Amino acid sequence: MTAILEIKDLKAGHSGLEILKGISLKIEAGEVHAIMGPNGSGKSTLSKIVAGHPDYQVISGEILFHGKNLLDLPADQRARLGIFLGFQYPVEIPGVNNSEFLRMAYNSRRKEKGLEELDPFDFQELLTEKMQFLEVDDRFRNRGVNEGFSGGEKKRNEILQMAVLEPSLAILDETDSGLDVDALKIVSKGINALRKPDNAILLITHYQRLLDYVQPDFVHVLAQGRILKSGGKDLALEVETRGYDWLTAVA
Amino acid sequence: MESSATTIADSKLAGPEYKYGFTSDVEMETLKKGLNEDVIRALSTKKNEPAFLLEFRLKAYRKWLTMTEPLWAQVNYPPIDYQDIVYFAAPKQKPQVSGLDEIDPEILRTFEKLGIPLDEQKKLANVAVDAVFDSVSVATTHKKKLLEHGVIFCSISEAVQEYPELIEQYLGTVVPIGDNFYAALNSAVFTDGSFVFIPPNTRCPMELSTYFRINTEESGQFERTLIVCSEGSHVSYLEGCTAPKFDTNQLHAAVVELITLDKAEIKYSTVQNWYSGDPITGKGGIFNFVTKRGLCKGKNSKISWTQVETGSAITWKYPSCILAGDGSIGEFYSVALTNGLMQADTGTKMIHLGKNTKSRIVSKGISSDKSTNAYRGLVRIGKNATGARNFSQCDSMLVGSECAAHTFPYLEVGNDEAVVEHEASTSKISEDQLFYFESRGIIREDAVAMILNGFCKEVFQQLPMEFAVEAQKLLTLKLENSVG
Repeated sequence: MTAILEIKDLKAGHSGLEILKGISLKIEAGEVHAIMGPNGSGKSTLSKIVAGHPDYQVISGEILFHGKNLLDLPADQRARLGIFLGFQYPVEIPGVNNSEFLRMAYNSRRKEKGLEELDPFDFQELLTEKMQFLEVDDRFRNRGVNEGFSGGEKKRNEILQMAVLEPSLAILDETDSGLDVDALKIVSKGINALRKPDNAILLITHYQRLLDYVQPDFVHVLAQGRILKSGGKDLALEVETRGYDWLTAVA
Repeated sequence: MESSATTIADSKLAGPEYKYGFTSDVEMETLKKGLNEDVIRALSTKKNEPAFLLEFRLKAYRKWLTMTEPLWAQVNYPPIDYQDIVYFAAPKQKPQVSGLDEIDPEILRTFEKLGIPLDEQKKLANVAVDAVFDSVSVATTHKKKLLEHGVIFCSISEAVQEYPELIEQYLGTVVPIGDNFYAALNSAVFTDGSFVFIPPNTRCPMELSTYFRINTEESGQFERTLIVCSEGSHVSYLEGCTAPKFDTNQLHAAVVELITLDKAEIKYSTVQNWYSGDPITGKGGIFNFVTKRGLCKGKNSKISWTQVETGSAITWKYPSCILAGDGSIGEFYSVALTNGLMQADTGTKMIHLGKNTKSRIVSKGISSDKSTNAYRGLVRIGKNATGARNFSQCDSMLVGSECAAHTFPYLEVGNDEAVVEHEASTSKISEDQLFYFESRGIIREDAVAMILNGFCKEVFQQLPMEFAVEAQKLLTLKLENSVG
């Protein structure tokens, strides 16, 4: 079976600066991977490259999604194929209704699959179900996208979007940062709900905290643009107690 | 990785096709080009006008001769030869049209093509329409039904014949003949437009609407609209405009006067989509030099202007409110979009005279390509306007890097107890915002449309439903090619 995501010796960067210096990673269906690493290690760069941010450039290497070369595809196309990026700092889009935004995103994915678009009524039903599951305030529906949201609300909105879009690969960039324990539990509930045999999840995080609630199958430590160590969930605990120095020192 | 999406700064100049750019082949009757007292007399005779109106026109003409074009606006254009304009162009038809079967079918088809069916079977159910083709009104729908409620809605020419006393009483009372260069010109040569009279304590049972269409190449359109809303009454009025594509510029110098008596309310909405000229060469397009003013004469009356300006080569327009009655309210909600080489200088004047008068200004300017877009607004608080309040919000959005946005707020506060607030912002659609949409599977074009509609939401919310939808589509259509 082809992996959901396969990254082969990826070198990439931003404004002429090489940030990722040869990353290889394979994520199979049903797996949850966590990438941990100190600030500036390239974690966010990796997530943006996979999602197709136009400001980042690939120097060499390959990214395959369900065996298909991703690098020729624009970001919107990648999203419609089933890649979801949960942002570390979601932007505000004033005046754009949250539920209309979500319906448009949802329908763009359906169109890609050759399915009929969902009308506003049916979509509202779907949205209500997801909102209840994630204990999201009903007012989210008609607020502007992230407009005036607190940090925690923005993250919760990202998870709501993910729940609605049901991506085949979700990349969550520090979704846990800035959340209190209650919010973290709900966000984890959303992530665990997406955990299905057909899907894969890539968690990018600073802390082990999130991994108490979402148990990863694999943990990778990314530093200085390279994956220094990969292991099971115990590696996260080890990082938690020992920090990153023992790994970077070896490198 | 090659960046596959271009940046917002790479704004393309090729504008989308103007879909109303067709001309209709209709037999026309026109007066010779040029303007003098004989032309005005001929026009007045042709329209069988009472003596007071000819006098009004001649006085305005003589005043106009002494005036010069205003040059203070942030717009540039070659001098206009006022002798090279046809001041009267009307479809040839019997002087009294008793039914639609007597209207040139080509005109009916024209309006149908514009989405304004006039015949009884197809006419819009909840909107009464006055259709103005070049210089004259060709049809008004739902007239009888409105009259049952005492509401007069007809062309101003017809009103001159049927209700001369109302015209004489109100015409020129809000915009005096010598108010400004274009208003004086309009007063001298106006040919048609709409007249609305709402009797006391009446809520007009449907939306009233005028649809203006310029068809003849060398004609100017000088329409005149007068709306009088009596004590305790309410009316909502819509105005739409389109014109064919010509290489020459056409002058549109309209005057709109609104009057509200005690506790009356007029809501006036415009979606303006005149041909704006060639987006690259700048050739052709309408010069839209319009004077719109409302007088809140009565206590606790209200006038609300909502405009969505998306067309015209040049726009010079400041729908204003004179808040004379104590406790009266003036509102101005505006979206002005410029693209190609369009120039817009638009805004409002809120003149607070009465006590406890309130005004609210929400202006959203969007400029793209090489266009310029200026907001110009005056808030004047008179010395007796104790307790007056104004809130102004002027936001500009730039699409691309070759366009310009200007804001000229003028404040004249003559009363110490007045409260005046002004907020302004200028923004660009950020790459991060666009990427956010894209990362959710939404293409860039749709993202821009959604962001702009979000930006204009406060104004669109003021429009009647059908118009709001039309306005959103128009905005999207106009900027289709402006964003990479």
